[in-house]
Amino acid sequence: MERDFRLMKGNEAIAEAAIRAGADAYYGYPITPQSEIIEYLMAEKAYDRTGMVVLQAESEIAAINMVYGAAACGRRAMTSSSSPGISLKQEGISYIAGAELPCLIVNVVRGGPGLGTIQPSQSDYFQSTKGGGHGDYRLLVLAPASVQESSDFVELAFDLAFKYRNPVLILSDGVIGQMMEKVELKPQRKRLTEYENWSTTGKTPDRQRNIITSLELDAHKQELINIRIQAKYKRMQEEEVRYEKILCDDAEYMIVAFGSSARICEKAVHVARGKGIKVGLFRPITLFPYPSKPIEEMADKLKGILTVEMNAGQMVEDVRLAVNGKVKVEYFGRLGGVIPSPSEVLNALEEKIIGGK
Amino acid sequence: MEVTDIIKAENLIYKRTPLLTENILSYCPGCGHGTVHRLIMETIEEMGIQSQTIGVAPVGCSVLAYQFMDIDMQQAAHGRAPAVATGIKRVMPEKFVFTYQGDGDLAAIGTAETIHACNRGENITIIFINNGIYGMTGGQMAPTTLAGMVTSTSPYGRNTAMMGNPIKMTELVAQLPGTYYVTRQAVHTPAAVRKCKKAIRKAFENQKLNKGVSFVEVVSNCNSGWKMTPNQANIWMEENMFPFYPLGDIKVPEDSL
Ligand SMILES: Cc1ncc(C[n+]2csc(CCOP(=O)(O)OP(=O)(O)O)c2C)c(N)n1
Ligand code: SF4
Repeated sequence: MERDFRLMKGNEAIAEAAIRAGADAYYGYPITPQSEIIEYLMAEKAYDRTGMVVLQAESEIAAINMVYGAAACGRRAMTSSSSPGISLKQEGISYIAGAELPCLIVNVVRGGPGLGTIQPSQSDYFQSTKGGGHGDYRLLVLAPASVQESSDFVELAFDLAFKYRNPVLILSDGVIGQMMEKVELKPQRKRLTEYENWSTTGKTPDRQRNIITSLELDAHKQELINIRIQAKYKRMQEEEVRYEKILCDDAEYMIVAFGSSARICEKAVHVARGKGIKVGLFRPITLFPYPSKPIEEMADKLKGILTVEMNAGQMVEDVRLAVNGKVKVEYFGRLGGVIPSPSEVLNALEEKIIGGK
Repeated sequence: MEVTDIIKAENLIYKRTPLLTENILSYCPGCGHGTVHRLIMETIEEMGIQSQTIGVAPVGCSVLAYQFMDIDMQQAAHGRAPAVATGIKRVMPEKFVFTYQGDGDLAAIGTAETIHACNRGENITIIFINNGIYGMTGGQMAPTTLAGMVTSTSPYGRNTAMMGNPIKMTELVAQLPGTYYVTRQAVHTPAAVRKCKKAIRKAFENQKLNKGVSFVEVVSNCNSGWKMTPNQANIWMEENMFPFYPLGDIKVPEDSL
């Protein structure tokens, strides 16, 4: 079969990949910098191409609850938004996690807090990886660093969501969403024709009724549900950790960064290598489950780790937990939508890690 | 004559629809919720659509509706049932989808979802139980609480200057082009129950026509929240609720006039 290459924005790649992944429904509400996703789906007439439902909801709250409804029918349902809109979705996401439904949520992060800015940021790391809404739950979080990964992670996200009956979040940002790159698209996958046995598709005489709920008033039963859900997260930690290591084999120092920060850091690493500094880049791809073990395994060989984040230092906490004091871990970042430059990263490495005590 | 002489097949004049489960209803005796549950399930049985119906339970006293209704059901977040129903109906347009919501759920926290599902003309049935109070949380003021009515958060009566006015949600949604059939019913007498059942039947039949939302408000009592006996509550409802929320059809499809 002929390979299908395009030049696309990250957001468009997500939309095209959703159609090709056989998504059944997209419900969303416009917000910069991610509106291209619904615009693309509408312009492409996704509903004609595959029969996929595309609906602009009255709010992010409505959109995530539409996702709940469709996901509970066993459909591949998704929504996308950017930070303020994702905050609005948190109640619904908590219900989806509690009712153990599969779905895809895309967050093309912009700077906050509040209305903040429309410039790219990674300040939703805590919200994405530690729960986000109320209750003890986790999302499986994939962080693309390219338009190619933005596209590839859509099908993967749906498959992981169904594997674990858990919402999966693609954590993109304004850089990845807006930039154009070459992307190889996957072939069209068929939409589902048979649905999981838990789906609310209408009670037929051969089975009990299916109930989708996150409610259990009996505390002891609710505890058992929680224990079961936690076991699922443990299984994700064992089976789904994904990361990339660049020039780490002989490294004395390591930068840890994800998404667009990782791209900047890769450049910084090459400049540093040119200066004779033995530094590598560790790029977590799954932010939950976090690649704690592989980072810990590196710790003994390293003299220091620098995390680079477009936030005030959120992921650095997970890296510190991973290495548990074995090696110095410092953070460098820019806030509020400002993108750090490779030379700033290199300076930070030299000052905080190499030169620091 | 012994009781056992009476319980015979030939004497049977009424039977619980098998679509109501044998779980004991969690509602207070005399509450309208139980009656409306029965009417919905009888309708689904009579139409033979059990295998094609998906219900959405709200947050409120009827949060556990799925324990009593023997059909596939989803429990929605407070106020979000019309959005959840939209999500379902859009991926399964051939199925029958209904929401069952209280006044707090439908007319306060879920106003946006209600208005927009109605405005889009989602091809669903909305059953709206208006008891003028928050039953589940212990009798706080609802958007539909009458002026002057005492609740735990309007202990001296609803002062409309301070607390706003009771909202006529049903009249409001009747204004929207996406609603096809809008009616207000009650279930406090046998005659009212029969009428209400007809309205519910129509509201489900309409889904076959693909013409938009069918919206059935049921003015109901909350004897616990109102702090009355069931009988007192029904009398109070007739005297106070019905004048402000008059029963009857508000929007009837032109083709069925
Ligand atoms: C987001 C959220 N806010 C508040 C509540 C608490 N709550 C539960 S039921 C309810 C009111 C229900 O009243 P109504 O919809 O009139 O139904 P009724 O119980 O009277 O049948 C409230 C405020 C909640 N569960 N979720
Ligand atoms: S509290 Fe009110 S609405 Fe709830 S079950 Fe009792 S009477 Fe019915």
